[in-house]
Amino acid sequence: MLARIFAPIVVGLGFVTALVFAILFTPHDAAQPNVVEEFHKDPKAIHYASDGPLGKFDRQQLQRGFQVYQEVCSACHSIRLVHFRDLEEIGFTKPEVKAIAKQYKIEQPSINPDTGEATTRKNLPSDPIPWNFANEIAARAANNNALPPDLSLMVKAREGGAPYIYSLLTGFAPVPANLPASNRPAPNLHYNPYFANLNIAMPPPLTADGQVEYSDGTKATVDQMARDVSAFLIWTAEPKLEARHRAGIGVVIFLLIATVLAYMSYRNIWAGKKH
Amino acid sequence: MSTITNAEDPNQRPAVIGEETDPHGEGVRRRDFINIAAVSFAGVGAVATVIPLINQMNPSADVLALAQIEVDISKIATGSAIKTVWRKQPVFIRNLTAKEIAEADAVPLSALRDPQTLEERTKPGKKNWLITLGVCTHLGCVPLGAGAGENKGPYGGYFCPCHGSQYDTAARIRGGPAPKNLVVPEYAFKSDTTVQIG
Amino acid sequence: MSFPWAEHYAPKHPVMRWLDEKLPLPRLVYSAVGPGYPVPRNLNYFWNFGILAGLALGIQIVSGIILAMHYAANGTVAFDSVEHIMRDVNSGWLIRYAHMNGASFFFIVVYIHIFRGLYYGSYKAPREMVWLLGVVIFLLMMATAFMGYVLPWGQMSFWGAQVITGFFSAIPVVGEPIREWLLGGFAPDNAALNRFFSLHYLLPFVIAGVIVLHIWSLHIPGSNNPTGVDVQGPQDTVPFHPYYTAKDGFGAGVFLVCYALLTFFAPNYLGHPDNYIPANPLSTPAHIVPEWYFLPFYAILKSFTFNFLWIPAKLWGVMAMFGSILLLFFLPWIDGSPVRSANYRPLYQKFFWILLVDVLILGYLGQAEVTPMVVLASQICAIYYFSHFLIILPIVSRIERPLPLPNSITESVLHGEAAEAAPIGLAAASH
Repeated sequence: MLARIFAPIVVGLGFVTALVFAILFTPHDAAQPNVVEEFHKDPKAIHYASDGPLGKFDRQQLQRGFQVYQEVCSACHSIRLVHFRDLEEIGFTKPEVKAIAKQYKIEQPSINPDTGEATTRKNLPSDPIPWNFANEIAARAANNNALPPDLSLMVKAREGGAPYIYSLLTGFAPVPANLPASNRPAPNLHYNPYFANLNIAMPPPLTADGQVEYSDGTKATVDQMARDVSAFLIWTAEPKLEARHRAGIGVVIFLLIATVLAYMSYRNIWAGKKH
Repeated sequence: MSTITNAEDPNQRPAVIGEETDPHGEGVRRRDFINIAAVSFAGVGAVATVIPLINQMNPSADVLALAQIEVDISKIATGSAIKTVWRKQPVFIRNLTAKEIAEADAVPLSALRDPQTLEERTKPGKKNWLITLGVCTHLGCVPLGAGAGENKGPYGGYFCPCHGSQYDTAARIRGGPAPKNLVVPEYAFKSDTTVQIG
Repeated sequence: MSFPWAEHYAPKHPVMRWLDEKLPLPRLVYSAVGPGYPVPRNLNYFWNFGILAGLALGIQIVSGIILAMHYAANGTVAFDSVEHIMRDVNSGWLIRYAHMNGASFFFIVVYIHIFRGLYYGSYKAPREMVWLLGVVIFLLMMATAFMGYVLPWGQMSFWGAQVITGFFSAIPVVGEPIREWLLGGFAPDNAALNRFFSLHYLLPFVIAGVIVLHIWSLHIPGSNNPTGVDVQGPQDTVPFHPYYTAKDGFGAGVFLVCYALLTFFAPNYLGHPDNYIPANPLSTPAHIVPEWYFLPFYAILKSFTFNFLWIPAKLWGVMAMFGSILLLFFLPWIDGSPVRSANYRPLYQKFFWILLVDVLILGYLGQAEVTPMVVLASQICAIYYFSHFLIILPIVSRIERPLPLPNSITESVLHGEAAEAAPIGLAAASH
C-alpha cells in the first residue's frame, strides 16, 4: 500500500529533479536580437483565381505563366513532375500540346537505337518536360555551385506558397545601408528581404517590362509576369485543385444534410427518454 | 425483467417501467420516415464513396498517354519479321513474300473462323506489310513465327505454343482454340520506311 | 456478457437460425454493438469518440490499402510514386489526402477519447485492462504513424526517420547497434524504407486486433458513465442499438464534416512544406518538427538539457519522452481514489484541467523554435506533467474528500442532474 504511493513519487521526483537542475544550470539569457528577423519581410498579400473553397484556375493566366516559365525560368529550373500531356488541363488542345512538345527548345534525352550512344530526340506529349541540364552537377557548375531547385512542387514546398514566390520575384532590392556586414550578400548572392536568410543565389530573373511578349495582349509588366508564373506554379504543384474544390463542395453539402438527418433520427429515437 | 424491447424493430423503443412512453401516436409515421431517410443517406454516401475506390484501379493518366512509337522498317527483308513493343505488348511487323500473299488471298472467306481478307488487314498499296499484335487471341501468349527459325505452324504464319492455335500468313486464325485473328493495331506509314503505331 | 438483463439474440428467420447454429457471428455482433449490450443511459457526447476512433482506423486501412497499390517503397522512386498518385492515378489525390488527414483525425479523436478516460476515471477498477489495452493501441498508433510519415520520402520523412531512430542511440552501449539494426544501415535508406512500409502495412491490423480485445474487456464490466456510479439495474441502461447507434451516427456525421472540410479545402494545413522536397541526406531542413500529434512528447524530449547524475541529457530526454507515455500503464494503481468521475473530485478536477492546458502548451512549445524562453517554458511544463501523474495524483487521491455521489444513474438523470454529468465548464456553458 505504501509502495503504491511512494514508488511513483520517487520516480516522479527523479524526473522533476533532473528538470530542476536543467533549469538551474542552463543559461537562460535573453534572446539575441536576430538581424535576419529584423530585415526579413512576410510575403505580400496577393489574390489568385484559385484561392478559396470555390476557386478555379484562370487558364489564360496559366498559359501566360507557362510562357514565362518557358522563356525565363526554364533556363535554370526544371518542372520535372509535369508532362507535356498535362498542358491540356490548362487549355491547350491535343494538337497544340503535340506541337509544343515537338518545338520545345530542350530535347528529351534518349539513346541512339543503332549505336547505343546518348543522344536527344524531340519531345512527345507523354514525356515529362525536360530540364536544361543533364544532371545536378551540370546545373551547379553553370550556376556558381548553387542548385536551381525543381519548381513543380515549389508552391507547396515553401512556407507562404504562391504569394511567397511572387514576392520573391518582385522583391529584389538594393542592400539597405544599415544592414550589418555579416548579413550583406557575398559575391554571386543577391539581396532579397523575402528570402529566408536575405541573400539568394538566384539573380533577379524578371528584370524589365516586356521581357516576354504575351499573345493575348496582356501587358507584360514585371508584376504581371510574377503573378502569372506564380499562378502557373500553383497549378504545377496542385493540378487537381479544381476537382478537389468541386468534389469538396458536393461532399460537404451531402454530409451536412446527412448529419442533420442523423441528428433528427437520434432525437427521435431518444424521444421521451430522459438522459 | 423490467425492460421490454423488441430488437428487430428499432422504432419500437424499449419502454422502461416508471417512465413515460411516446405520447404522440401519430408522430410515428413521420418518425419512421426520418430514420429511414437517415439510414438511406448513409447508404447512398457509402456507395458514392466506393466509386473512386474502384475507379482508382483503372489505367492511370500516364499509362493512357503511353507514347506512340515509330518503327524503322527499312531493314526488314522480304520473308522476315521483327518484334517490337507498343503499350507493353509485343507487335509483329512482317514483310510478306509474294508466295505468302498469294496463299493468303487463295483462302476462301467461308473457310475462315474470323473472315477478313489480307487487304482489310493491311494498308492500301502496302499489302506486303502485315502489322499485328503478338498476342494470341485465345489466352494472351506470344505466338511463335516472328523470329528467325521459329515454328510458323501448319499454315505458315504464327503458331501459339501454349494451346496450339495456328495462324496463317495473314495472321488469321485457322486452327486451335483461339476465336479471332491476331489484332491489327492502329498504325500509319509516315514514309516508305517508317511506321507509326498508335 | 455484462448484465443479466441484456437482450438475448433470438433469430426468427430459419436461415438466421441455421447460421446461428453453424457460425454465431450475428449473435456476437448483436451482443457487442447491438441491442444485446446494455449501456448506461446517461452517456454524453464524449462517449462517441471510441466508435469514431474505430471509424478513423477503418478509413485509414481502406485508403492505405489502395495507396499501397500505387506506391513504390524504394528511395529512388518513392517520392515520385506519391506524386504519381497525386497526379495520374484516378482519384489518387483524394485517396492520398484522405489518408494523410485521416491520420491526424485518428489522433484528434483518440486524444479526446484518452482525456475522456482521464476525466471520468474510466481507467479505474474494474476497467484497468480496458485502459492498458488502450495504451497499447496508442503506442502502436504512434509507431504506425511515424513509419507512415517516412514513406513519402520527403525531407521531413527522411530527417524524421533519422531523428527518431536516433532516440535509440541514447541507450548506453547497445544503442548504436540497435539503431543500425532498425535502419538496416547507417542512415535511412532503401532497407529502412522497405521495412517501414512492411510494418506500416502490418501494424494497423495488429491495432484492429487489440481493439477487439479492448472492446471485449470493456464488455465484461460494461461502459463507464459520467457519474462514475456503477449500473445497478435495468432502469440504468438502454440497449446499445438503437440508442447509441443513433447517437454515434450523428457523431460520425459531425466527424466526417470536419474531416471533409480539412481534406478538401486545406489538405496540407497540418502538414509541413518541407515534405514536398525530396529527401536529401546531405541537407537538414532549417526547422524540423514531427507531426502535430507528437509535439507534446517532442517538447518533453527537448526540455532535458543537463547531464544530471551519471545520466547524459540525451538519455534523460529519451527516457522522459517514453516515460511520459509508459507511466499511463501504471495510472490505475497510482490513482487510489475509489471515486471515478472527476465531477465528484473537486481537487483532482482542478489538476485535470491544469494537465490539459499543460499538454496543449507543451504541444505549442514542441513546434516553437528553440530559444531560451521556449526551453524554460517546456521545462516547467514537463515538470508539471510528471508531477501530475507521479506526485500529485497519489497524494490527491488519498487526501481529497469527494462530493456525495448520486445513489444511482437513474436518480442522477431523473433529478435533472444532467449538468453534473457533463464536465465542469462545459456544463455551465450549456445551461
